[in-house]
Amino acid sequence: MAIWLTKDSRVIVQGMTGSEGSKHTRRMLAAGTNVVGGVNPRKAGTTIDFDGTELPVFASVADAMKDTGADVTVIFVPPQFTKGAVVEAIDAGIPLAVVITEGVPVHDTAAFWAYNVAKGERTRIIGPNCPGIASPGASNAGIIPADITGAGRIGLVSKSGTLTYQMMYELRDIGFSTCVGIGGDPIIGTTHIDALAAFEADPDTDAIVMIGEIGGDAEERAAEFIKANVTKPVVGYIAGFTAPPGKTMGHAGAIISGSAGTADAKKAALEAVGVKVGKTPTETAKLMREIMSAG
Amino acid sequence: MDLYEYQGRDLFERHGLPVLAGGVATTPEEARAIAERLGGRVVVKAQVKVGGRGKAGGVKLAEGAEETVARATDILGMDIKGHTVHKVMITVTADVAEEYYFSYLLDRANRTFLCIASVAGGMDIEQVAAETPEKVVKAPIDAVEGVDEAKAREIVTAAGFPTELADQVVEIAVGLWKAFVAEDATLVEVNPLAKTKDGKLLLLDAKVSLDENAGFRHPDHEALVDQATVDPLEQAAKEKDLNYVKLDGEVGIIGNGAGLVMSTLDVVAYAGERHGNVKPANFLDIGGGASAAVMANGLEIVLSDPSVKSVFVNVFGGITSCDAVANGIVQALALLEERGEQVTKPLVVRLDGNNAEAGRAILDGANNPLIERVDTMDGAAERAAELAAAGV
Repeated sequence: MAIWLTKDSRVIVQGMTGSEGSKHTRRMLAAGTNVVGGVNPRKAGTTIDFDGTELPVFASVADAMKDTGADVTVIFVPPQFTKGAVVEAIDAGIPLAVVITEGVPVHDTAAFWAYNVAKGERTRIIGPNCPGIASPGASNAGIIPADITGAGRIGLVSKSGTLTYQMMYELRDIGFSTCVGIGGDPIIGTTHIDALAAFEADPDTDAIVMIGEIGGDAEERAAEFIKANVTKPVVGYIAGFTAPPGKTMGHAGAIISGSAGTADAKKAALEAVGVKVGKTPTETAKLMREIMSAG
Repeated sequence: MDLYEYQGRDLFERHGLPVLAGGVATTPEEARAIAERLGGRVVVKAQVKVGGRGKAGGVKLAEGAEETVARATDILGMDIKGHTVHKVMITVTADVAEEYYFSYLLDRANRTFLCIASVAGGMDIEQVAAETPEKVVKAPIDAVEGVDEAKAREIVTAAGFPTELADQVVEIAVGLWKAFVAEDATLVEVNPLAKTKDGKLLLLDAKVSLDENAGFRHPDHEALVDQATVDPLEQAAKEKDLNYVKLDGEVGIIGNGAGLVMSTLDVVAYAGERHGNVKPANFLDIGGGASAAVMANGLEIVLSDPSVKSVFVNVFGGITSCDAVANGIVQALALLEERGEQVTKPLVVRLDGNNAEAGRAILDGANNPLIERVDTMDGAAERAAELAAAGV
């Protein structure tokens, strides 16, 4: 088992016919993901061949769900169309929507999140601006490379894509239950806390790596949550100790405003609740290795 | 993107909100023209994106054109907390009776927007909230429902605005929300929202931040970027679609992925503590697909920074395969030579992940004395810092 994405997950791709969407549909299929179709109203009724796998194109998420039993959608549409695509997924009531698209206006994200809440949060949204979710050996929804690591018993939640890959690589001999890239935007659907809660409840996860970065106070809130709710060991890493205030470091959400959002404050909050925080990704991996070998 | 006060004032005016008549000047002569147009007493305010202008002497009253020119001459070119004043805003004055506070902002924690309102305006709202929390109302705003008249009235009542002003504040609250949404702002802050002696409300200051991700909806926002204060290297990088931030150190940084690059800065700074205190010179994320052309553009920007003494290329091949990155680096150096650039600074390259072995073999095979391969992130940072310290 794993969290949110398992070998039984049936995945559709919104934006499957675009260049990014088709490239990553091919990669997801190669990783063993059960991709069952795509959505594009202009190409509905056609099929697309991915190295021998014929995937049907549907007019809407609802149609795709009805026909294929899809329960996960991965969204690759451009930023201008992302809000519409997510709203469509919410309307269809799909359980998991993974929004890969980078550069989505924050008003659009706030709007689709509010819409999701108004609809009773039937849909778990991961992202936007995220690498997606991978349960190694079972399924892969997004752009996380499938061959870095195999299945194991570490859970990983991270704001950053390449740091996720780095950590998976450092601990590839131990393996992961699920790796979730939640994205670096100021407003995101799934938070560190959501992933921590799911890993805590997952019988196949023994320990959790949490990767954060400067900006906002998500890591501080995660620390409070860990204190009250998480019994499994958690190891943390925060990027951006040396980032200057007021400068956006690549991710729209990675900005220190005044004295808020610094890496030092996040590290202190995590350490105060017993989370070991590594100074570098390699040191963080070492801390996790010690925990896993202590059994 | 944070706007200057005058740009915020203009934005409010465009959205029909009550602001003081005024204009912006970059020279004393322009200031004269504005003063003559406005007539009478004016206030001359330094335009810098930092607080504490008043205390630093960046806000002065002036009577008539001659005095305005004198005050503008004093203020233009002034240094306020490391920010040089290139522009002054000149407005008519207002007889202020009361000062309030009103803002809309992003509430990351609650994944929505927030309205903050207070009748104790004119000072730092964080201080007011800390000392007298009962005087500050924080109302979550539903991103879909927004702020209509009923919602605005709820906020105005909760904040305790005087009854006789309620209608005016409601109108401003609704108008400001419309501006906030229409411009894709992440912050609109009015402090003070002032009541004049004749009972009229005015937005006397404007702090506005706009969402750069929404640029495709707002072609006009590009013009709000102040080219005079943009770092030339950042500008050159932007023209090449590179995500670059200039920093103060000596070790040039190139990496893929925002998180990994941020992490690289940290690791280099730690290593620098052992090597003459050298620091990272920049943030540069070349993104997922690190082609030779992108790598060449990145290297060109980083190498053209005179304070750079060594470069650390830190790539984790996820989707990108490391042999492509290695070829990119080798070709980039050749490309720079072709462009007539004399590359003399050492490059420490760390490749890991997808096809790392093949990538490392390509680097070794290139036999370029400038390229040094170190296979761990921490080790490579150490070496890059050492080389930078030696080159300083």
